Amino acid sequence: MLEIKNLHASVGDVEILKGVNLSVNAGEVHAIMGPNGSGKSTLANALAGHANYKVTAGSVTFDGKDLLAQPPEQRARAGLFLSFQNPIEIPGVRLDHFLRAGLNAVNKSKGLEELDVLKFDRLIAKKVKVVEMDRAFARRAVNEGFSGGERKRSEILQMAVLEPKLAILDEPDSGLDVDALRVVSEGINELRSPERSLLLITHYQRILSYVVPDFIHIIVNGRFVRSGGKELALEIEAEGYDKYTEAAGAPAGE
Amino acid sequence: MTTQNIPVSNLDQYIAAFEGLEQNGAAQDPAWLRQLRLDAFHRFTELGFPTARRGNEEWKYTDVGPLAKTAFQSPASTAVPVLDFQSVQPFTYGGATGNRIVFVNGAYSESLSSVARHPESLTLAPFSQALSLDGDLVQRHLGKNADYKEQAFVALNTAFLHDGALVHVPEGAVVEEPVLILHLSADGKDTVTHPRTLVVAAKDSKVTILESYGGLADGAYFANAVTEIILEPGAEVRHYRMQRQSEQAYHVATTSVTLSEGSSYTSVALDMGGKLTRNNLNALVAGEGASCVLNGAYLVTGRQHVDNQVIIDHASPHTTSRELYKGVLDGRSQAVFHGSIIVQRGAQKVDAKQEDRNLLLSDHCEADTRPAFWIYADDVKCAHGASSGKLDDDALFYLKSRGLDEQEARSLLTKGFVHDITATIAHESIRAHTEAAVSGWLEKL
Ligand SMILES: Nc1ncnc2c1ncn2[C@@H]1O[C@H](COP(=O)(O)OP(=O)(O)OP(=O)(O)O)[C@@H](O)[C@H]1O
Ligand SMILES: [Mg+2]
Repeated sequence: MLEIKNLHASVGDVEILKGVNLSVNAGEVHAIMGPNGSGKSTLANALAGHANYKVTAGSVTFDGKDLLAQPPEQRARAGLFLSFQNPIEIPGVRLDHFLRAGLNAVNKSKGLEELDVLKFDRLIAKKVKVVEMDRAFARRAVNEGFSGGERKRSEILQMAVLEPKLAILDEPDSGLDVDALRVVSEGINELRSPERSLLLITHYQRILSYVVPDFIHIIVNGRFVRSGGKELALEIEAEGYDKYTEAAGAPAGE
Repeated sequence: MTTQNIPVSNLDQYIAAFEGLEQNGAAQDPAWLRQLRLDAFHRFTELGFPTARRGNEEWKYTDVGPLAKTAFQSPASTAVPVLDFQSVQPFTYGGATGNRIVFVNGAYSESLSSVARHPESLTLAPFSQALSLDGDLVQRHLGKNADYKEQAFVALNTAFLHDGALVHVPEGAVVEEPVLILHLSADGKDTVTHPRTLVVAAKDSKVTILESYGGLADGAYFANAVTEIILEPGAEVRHYRMQRQSEQAYHVATTSVTLSEGSSYTSVALDMGGKLTRNNLNALVAGEGASCVLNGAYLVTGRQHVDNQVIIDHASPHTTSRELYKGVLDGRSQAVFHGSIIVQRGAQKVDAKQEDRNLLLSDHCEADTRPAFWIYADDVKCAHGASSGKLDDDALFYLKSRGLDEQEARSLLTKGFVHDITATIAHESIRAHTEAAVSGWLEKL
């Protein structure tokens, strides 16, 4: 489904990703772990098409098509979703209005029915339950005044509505209390299916006991330095990244 | 004639028009009104049109030269078109209730209007009726709030004051339905109208006024409106002002509001039309404990020019004012916001806040914000803020990452930007229609 080959990406003049290779098949869950500043969010943003993250070399195909040639909205319409590490506030724009516009843009590109206000209302009323929020939550302006946990729930709600093929989740667990972690994890698991894949970026093993990955990749200084099964998370939890960072030298960006 | 003004170049034409008014029935107006017109006309010839010359702060950024040079004609009274309500609907913003008064090309349209004469709750009448039935009331207030002695456009309007709208809400009355005052220009070229409105909200009364200006034909016509609003003690007035003139039109509107003690005035203005728009909003906060909220949004594109001049005069202690204006500029448009706050001697505990925010959608538009404070009391709170900027790239990316294309993302963010203003419209249906009008404007970009 996703094929990343020798991906290099820069922010400004600084190269952050220095040759990332990754292959994700339908139905798989891949976790990505790595120290702060190692390039995890850079990878996520480059895949989603943020203009500040410039791909300087390498290729990415998504469903057999060149992903990097597509503008961000086309990637979204093709079924790629990014749950942001730090979702931005959009004052004056209601979450449900925004989501209806997004879903209809996706549906339209697929020749599917666009939902009118009433139909979307029924859908959103159902989907807010996934993240254990009430209908009023989706009437608030996007992320405006949301607590850290609410922002993460809002991202998962958006994912639940858009039902992407590939969800890239950039630290969906950071800043969550135990109950919210369970809710968010269940929301993620609800999306799992043999046709859908997840790229889950996290620092903690805890979410991985809910959302069990098929593979774990360790990224250090803009490169994947090790890949393995779910047991790798426990090893990181116990030992940290020291042995990788020493080998890799300076952190990314320096 | 002051050095700040342009003399009236086509004076003959104005004199002919002024004399023509008397021949068209205005000679039957009461003597006081005829005298008022005469005084105002004299004053207009003395004042001339304001110039954008340096030193004239109030008009520095807005050039009315082209307007001053044009020989506008009064619309022929025989040419008032017959309109059905359907065609004026877009200008009613969901406020077309039983209380409405409609003027087409400056003339009262009986067929489109639905006026009211309920001495207990509301009088809504054209001056043609009000001058005989409510003569004392009209005489007591008309021309007393909007200053024709100093402001050229008020003088010009007052010189041609013949018909107009009277809204009178008697003491203690609460008018639930909004009162719609609609001024339409239906034929295009080079005609001038002088819409005039008088609102008297008596003690402890409550009313919502929707004042709407619209162009049904493309054309370089000129609308020169004056609205006077008097709030007696404890009165509460919500005032929505919508302007969608033709894109070649000149629109100059002066709104003069006088607030007595304990009264509260809220206005939300939306300007989308006009080639050149100038709004003068003057609030005299004259009574203790009075408060006003003045909000506005202006959306301009192409070569449109919009200038909002807001003067709040705090003449009494314990008065508050809140001003929030937001502008969306595209193309080569220009916007001016000039907000003055005056705190008179002895007006302690005044709390005034002013804000103007501009969103620049193109690289060729220009927004000028000029705050001014004249403070003669020491125990006051005054604050102001201003900004102009572009849409945030991260916000655009966030929307696109959910499937919205560039156009949809920009449109949604822009609507969000204006939302602060439209959200302050308390009347649900007017709010919804106003938001739809904003969306409609954005779709055309
Ligand atoms: N917009 C930006 N401007 C400047 N530098 C940036 C920007 N985005 C990322 N960087 C730099 O790129 C490097 C990698 O950042 P990235 O956000 O990808 O790290 P990360 O692995 O997600 O870290 P964390 O675990 O803290 O979220 C860092 O040195 C960071 O400072
Ligand atoms: Mg990160």
